[in-house]
Amino acid sequence: MLKMTHVSKVYRTDVIETHALRDFSIAVSDGEFVAVTGPSGSGKTTFLNVAGLLEPFESGVYELANADVSRLSDNARSRLRNEKLGFIFQSFNLIPTLNIYDNVDVPLRYRRMSSAERHKRVSGALDLVGLSARMKHLPSQLSGGQQQRAAIARAIVGEPVLLLADEPTGNLDSLMARQIMDLLAEINRSGTTIVLVTHDAELARRSHRNVHIVDGQLADPGASPPQTAQPPSPSAAA
Amino acid sequence: MFAYYGRLALRSLASTPGLTALMVLAIGLGIGVCVTILTVYHGVSSNPLWWKSDRVYAVTMDAWNPAEPAYPERPHLAPPQLTYIDATYLAASDVPLRKVITYPVNAVVSGGVNAGRAFKTRTRITTGDFFGMFDVPFQYGGGWTAAADAGPQNVIVLSRALNAKLFGGASGVGQTIRWNDREFQVIGVLNDWQPLPRFYDMNTGPFDDPEDAYIPWGWGRVLAQITSGTLRCWNTAEPVDTYEQVAASSCAWIQMWVELPDASARERMQTVLDAYWSEQRSALRFQRPRNNRLTNVAQWLRDQEIVQDDNRMLVRLAFAFLVVCLINTAGLLLAKFLNSAPASGIRRALGASRLHIFMQHIVEAGILAAGGCIVGLLLSAAGLWGLRVLYANSTETGSGYAGFSYVDSATLVWALVLTVVTTLLAGSYPAWRIGRVPPTVYLKSQ
Repeated sequence: MLKMTHVSKVYRTDVIETHALRDFSIAVSDGEFVAVTGPSGSGKTTFLNVAGLLEPFESGVYELANADVSRLSDNARSRLRNEKLGFIFQSFNLIPTLNIYDNVDVPLRYRRMSSAERHKRVSGALDLVGLSARMKHLPSQLSGGQQQRAAIARAIVGEPVLLLADEPTGNLDSLMARQIMDLLAEINRSGTTIVLVTHDAELARRSHRNVHIVDGQLADPGASPPQTAQPPSPSAAA
Repeated sequence: MFAYYGRLALRSLASTPGLTALMVLAIGLGIGVCVTILTVYHGVSSNPLWWKSDRVYAVTMDAWNPAEPAYPERPHLAPPQLTYIDATYLAASDVPLRKVITYPVNAVVSGGVNAGRAFKTRTRITTGDFFGMFDVPFQYGGGWTAAADAGPQNVIVLSRALNAKLFGGASGVGQTIRWNDREFQVIGVLNDWQPLPRFYDMNTGPFDDPEDAYIPWGWGRVLAQITSGTLRCWNTAEPVDTYEQVAASSCAWIQMWVELPDASARERMQTVLDAYWSEQRSALRFQRPRNNRLTNVAQWLRDQEIVQDDNRMLVRLAFAFLVVCLINTAGLLLAKFLNSAPASGIRRALGASRLHIFMQHIVEAGILAAGGCIVGLLLSAAGLWGLRVLYANSTETGSGYAGFSYVDSATLVWALVLTVVTTLLAGSYPAWRIGRVPPTVYLKSQ
């Protein structure tokens, strides 16, 4: 599903260069649920941004769904983000002026999809996260947990093959966090590959595999090859 | 997709009503001032008979004072009007396809539903070719023939406004009205017609309305009606107390126009003018250098200096003002768009391309510009109304803007063009900027 080989990412200002990813390699198999942990500033979010095609990188090769996406144009990366990827953020990142239904509808707006099809998908996603009754509410009228569930609905409405979650429970209490993790586990069981960045060791333990990043590199490269960390079958995970 | 962008734009604009009003007002003010000035400029600089520019010519000859030119500040030009003697002689030529000799008079008319009440009406005494040569539109009926000029026959053509006043909107054709102390039969009613400037007679206000009644040329002599317009005389020794004295004098008071269908006709008419000038020169009537001119309408307007430098400067200032308004609007738009940049970052992360973001914001700018256009048109209508009120009582030559009584089609086209340009100028840069912002900048800061 996701394979990075010798990827480097450098942030430059006039006076300083920061190597966020150094010769970074990782592979994630189809259907896997991978937790990425590491100290602050280790490069976890940079990895997620690069994996999500939100940022270009200096060198290396990135393959997504068996296609080289290392040097795509901005338009092509936008299209891939829209069709193959889903994002869940720590701070939810819902658009405050749109109600929940319209927020979930946003990714579908950038596809040539009929109104009926969009409605079907948005309703289905909201049903799945248990927010059908709140679809006309603005984000500010929902609790943190509900907002994150809305964000998850938005992330899965386009039926992505890879879900990227950056500290999705970071702003939630433990009960809410557990509910969100249950939801993510359910989504993963349906076949969606998930890469989750987290500080929470307990959450990381619920994944199939935990990779640790330190100073822009995998702390234990031996853990990264996909053949050593095959995801459990849906029946085993359940 | 554009409907979606439109809904997003309206929602965004509604969320900041004060800022939206400020931007609409800024665009509207710029367009309003620009359109007002352009309307006036268009009126004073346009050729109201442009489609006949190579066919219709003013006829002038210099029969003025041998001691000095008619207009010392423009010595190369002949007087814009002819003497009665010259005009009637030249009008007898069979070279032009059509020929018009004409002048304005005042009269009192009554009749129709207002039979008991007489009122003063500006009338034009003219040969019948006036209507055909200047493509004057008729609502009912038509004009008269050369026989009616020679007769003269008791026929009259009314403006649409006078017909409405006399007959309450119904056609007056076939009806009889009183013009001074004579009865005339209405044979035609003009449709709306307002050439700006009133090129065929700019001696009494180039932007005044056309006359309300038209009667055949022959009535001038029969009724001894001299002009109510400009009578310019240089020979103070000549008596000009009666019509016959004025007609026999060297005073210039008649406008003459000819329609010459091709270059050959123009050449032949010039020969007629030159031959007549030589003859009159021999008879010691013309003592100034030869200056016989056939001038098309466009050149005629330039010669009469209708478009003044002040007008051009005013147009430049109006555009400068529009640019200032647009820069302010672009600044406000940029601030507004940057304020909503986090939402654009989210959209980019969810798959919107830079073009999607650009289009979303350019539609918002377009809606603002459309609002500004409407406000601008209202302001320009108010501005033109203000000019009319300001100059309503002015009778000085060349001073009036009373003719600019409506926002015409040319103004509407200008407003639309300005709206498109406004959208591109004020909205493009902020929309482009917002599309270039990397999405990750805002995803953490939401």
